[in-house]
Amino acid sequence: MPKSTATSTTFATSKLDRPTDHAWDAIVIGGGHNGLTNAAYLAKAGLRTLVLERRHLVGGAAITEELRPGYWFTTFSYALSLLRPDIIHELELTKHGFMPILMPTTFCPMENGDYLLLGQDHGENHREIARHSKHDADAYDAFNHDVLKVCQAIKPLLDAAPPDIFSDDPEELVALAMLGQRFRRLDKKVLHDAVRLLTGSAADFLDDYFESDILKGYLASSSIIGTKVGPYSQGSGLVLLYHLMGEHDGEFGAWAFHKRGNGGFTQLLARAAESFGVEIRLESPVETVITAGGRATGVALDDGRELHAPIVVSALDPRRTFLELVDPRQLPADLVEAITRFRFQGTSAKVNFALDGYPRYPALGDRTDQYRGFTNIGPSMEYLERAFDEAKYGAFSQRPYLDCAVQSAVDPDMAPPGKAVMSCFVQYAPYHLRASDWDTQRQPLGDTVQATLESFFPGFSDLVIQREVQTPLDIERTVGLSEGNIFAGEFLAPQMYFFRPAPGWSQYRTPIEGYYQCGSGTHPGGCVMGAPGKLAALRILKDRDRARAGTGARV
Amino acid sequence: MIRTTPFHERTAALNETGIWEHWSNHLVATRYQMSEKFEYFAIRNTAGLFDTSPLYKYRVHGPDADRFLAGVLARDIRTCPTGRAQYTVWCDDRGFVVEDGVVLHVAPEEYLLTAAEPNLAWFLALVDGLEVAVDDVSGDWGVLAVQGPKSRELLASLAPDVGRLAYFDVISTTIGGLAVHVSRTGYTGDLGFEIWSHAADAVAVWDAVWGISRGRGVIPFGMTALYMARIEAGLLLLDVDFHSSRFAWTDADRSTPIELGLGWMFRDLATDDRAFIGHEAVRREIAAKSSRWRLSGLILDWQDYDRIFDAAGLIPPKDHTPIQDEYYIYDDELNQLGYATSQLYSPILQRHIALARVPIHLTAPGSRVKLELGVSHRYEYFDAHVARLPLFNPARRTA
Repeated sequence: MPKSTATSTTFATSKLDRPTDHAWDAIVIGGGHNGLTNAAYLAKAGLRTLVLERRHLVGGAAITEELRPGYWFTTFSYALSLLRPDIIHELELTKHGFMPILMPTTFCPMENGDYLLLGQDHGENHREIARHSKHDADAYDAFNHDVLKVCQAIKPLLDAAPPDIFSDDPEELVALAMLGQRFRRLDKKVLHDAVRLLTGSAADFLDDYFESDILKGYLASSSIIGTKVGPYSQGSGLVLLYHLMGEHDGEFGAWAFHKRGNGGFTQLLARAAESFGVEIRLESPVETVITAGGRATGVALDDGRELHAPIVVSALDPRRTFLELVDPRQLPADLVEAITRFRFQGTSAKVNFALDGYPRYPALGDRTDQYRGFTNIGPSMEYLERAFDEAKYGAFSQRPYLDCAVQSAVDPDMAPPGKAVMSCFVQYAPYHLRASDWDTQRQPLGDTVQATLESFFPGFSDLVIQREVQTPLDIERTVGLSEGNIFAGEFLAPQMYFFRPAPGWSQYRTPIEGYYQCGSGTHPGGCVMGAPGKLAALRILKDRDRARAGTGARV
Repeated sequence: MIRTTPFHERTAALNETGIWEHWSNHLVATRYQMSEKFEYFAIRNTAGLFDTSPLYKYRVHGPDADRFLAGVLARDIRTCPTGRAQYTVWCDDRGFVVEDGVVLHVAPEEYLLTAAEPNLAWFLALVDGLEVAVDDVSGDWGVLAVQGPKSRELLASLAPDVGRLAYFDVISTTIGGLAVHVSRTGYTGDLGFEIWSHAADAVAVWDAVWGISRGRGVIPFGMTALYMARIEAGLLLLDVDFHSSRFAWTDADRSTPIELGLGWMFRDLATDDRAFIGHEAVRREIAAKSSRWRLSGLILDWQDYDRIFDAAGLIPPKDHTPIQDEYYIYDDELNQLGYATSQLYSPILQRHIALARVPIHLTAPGSRVKLELGVSHRYEYFDAHVARLPLFNPARRTA
């Protein structure tokens, strides 16, 4: 339990009638991409804003590190898709070097040595799918069209705060009515498809279109990322939809590799934030949020120093925001209960490799162009589900799902000429191991991943120069994400939209006045999307304007 | 019969699409890979190779070469010593642009000049007793453009003196033991170089560059990626952004350098005593402020763009494919103001951008206009604002 509210300093600084005493208008805790986005919007609106980052670099889980001279690893998060285009424009990210490089291929090796290799040409993709199923080659167009329609319908929900269904505020009721109207206007099929995806399993949805295991395996892989579900689980449809809704240059479902990885992205985001006046302090871990009279007044750092501001924003996950940064006794019991129940259960790991060259896939000979996008080791829904089976019982998958990216093939600056770096997202690796612990199982997990890759790419191990394994425990320890959940809380329907992170608290406020939340544990959730950071900033600014209008006081 | 360039043996082997187009009677790749956008990112992130051999090339040499070019070219060639290059235009007597090109001062009394279309007769008619020869050497050279942030480091490893070239410098050096001219020029708006090799040596020069490029993400790029880059860089394309005055039917199809945004070429006009062709008209245009319009950048309002497509029930398209055709611009009352000549969705700017002819009173950056585009089979009018060219201008381009 963190220190309880420091009463003596609280009183010393609770001169809210003298706001000019505050050096800062807002303090943002956590320099991940949402913290930085939030701070940038606040600063752009004129608030003197400070970001406090615990580590020696900003970015949270979106960092790139040179772990070996010339080899850059996207330690955790590794590609962009859901980043909101409005944020790119409003924060003028292109001025600071925003460069989302197209990933033109998707490579899906199969256990029998064959593969599915999709690229940028519709006709070629048709022919490639037809090698596996002529039916599916046509069905793929229908699937994409149907899913695009759902994405088009759902997308606006990502770009606005959910209405508060528990509020009597007329503004909220209007927002709710508009939301209802929006859905009533939808075509019946689109609405039904949306509900099927939002509530059902990816397998049920995909089985309606396809017969080919490799195509279904590839598509279903997006339904499990970061979430403790298998493709046959209800709820995997929602995860699938999120990954299909990614939008890059107007193309839904497209992914991009940011120059120098997601760390390259967060570095420029920090530059953009600073250009609006944000100050970023590194190695400044916050111990607690200081409150007085039910409102936030600042933060105490773990070295005892205090910094004051009438607005404090937590970019950390809901557990840390509500149960660690503040004394839960200050909060309503139902909120504390909801957050205590909130599922994290991280289930993903990363294994990153420095390689002496490009892996060889026998069926493609010496080709390497297949590595210009994701390499998806998830050749069938059954493969994925069997990988999930072990996780259900507290073990990591012996034949894991891997989402690999040989990033040096897209951005040659990631590795020396002729060499490669390969990022492998691994699932399933449950945070809670039943029979062991992650400090013991770290390298065995790395060995399992490497052996899996070796089975698809004979000779892979001979290429390995260096291997980095990041278990869910490491993610928690390094990034601070509870239980290593990459989305700062599971993407499960009871934890989404109106209910993210808790019923009644989906609008970025907290019960403590002046204390806000802006992390991926809030709507619309994880992925390098930036929407929580932005939407929280809009909420903060609106509250500030209202308070000014109501009281004439500067908040 | 269509001809191939000196690099064709190599480019043909790399063109995975089988898509070629004709450029000055030569086959050139539209794109080498299924994704021209991936090729484009090579230009912006690593380096790309482009076969620019089909350009018309003229060798201007002799004791009066300087004098000749000083009178023919609008930009003062006397400020371009040996070892330097210039982007320039040549005009007619009325001050309208005939064409543009790059002139390389490769040796004393010797220049190489590029042009998009044939200009030999035009130049020869102007020799007028001077001791100068103008030879069409178009087929004698293979020209390989190496464009992108890594281009300098790549070429410097083949020819160290290339590493020292300043923007628009040119040197004679060797690559793979073969004599070449290398200029720090290009048509992408990025750091880049162009290598002139004798046609017979072209494949060997390609091989040397290709060899050093392996494992570095360097790929060849085709016409589409080139056009993407050039629009972002605000570089003009003949018969798209302007037309040769020689072949225009009316003045509506003619442009002055100042109208094309090249007024900077005449910064020193007050002290420039040359009687170059069109000088009086240029002086008059400057004095009378009689330019009819100015080629300017347009940036579409992204919210308005999305709103209009959303309202039509469509997903707002963000297509990087260059549109090199006329689209009209209007004021709020839908009076036509001018027209856009080139546009695309720019991946590096994440915006729809255009090059457009804008009336002088609206050339201040931020001026608002509307661009007419078809949406769902009817015209819609998209908010846009005027911006200074080039819209993309990385420091490395000239650093």
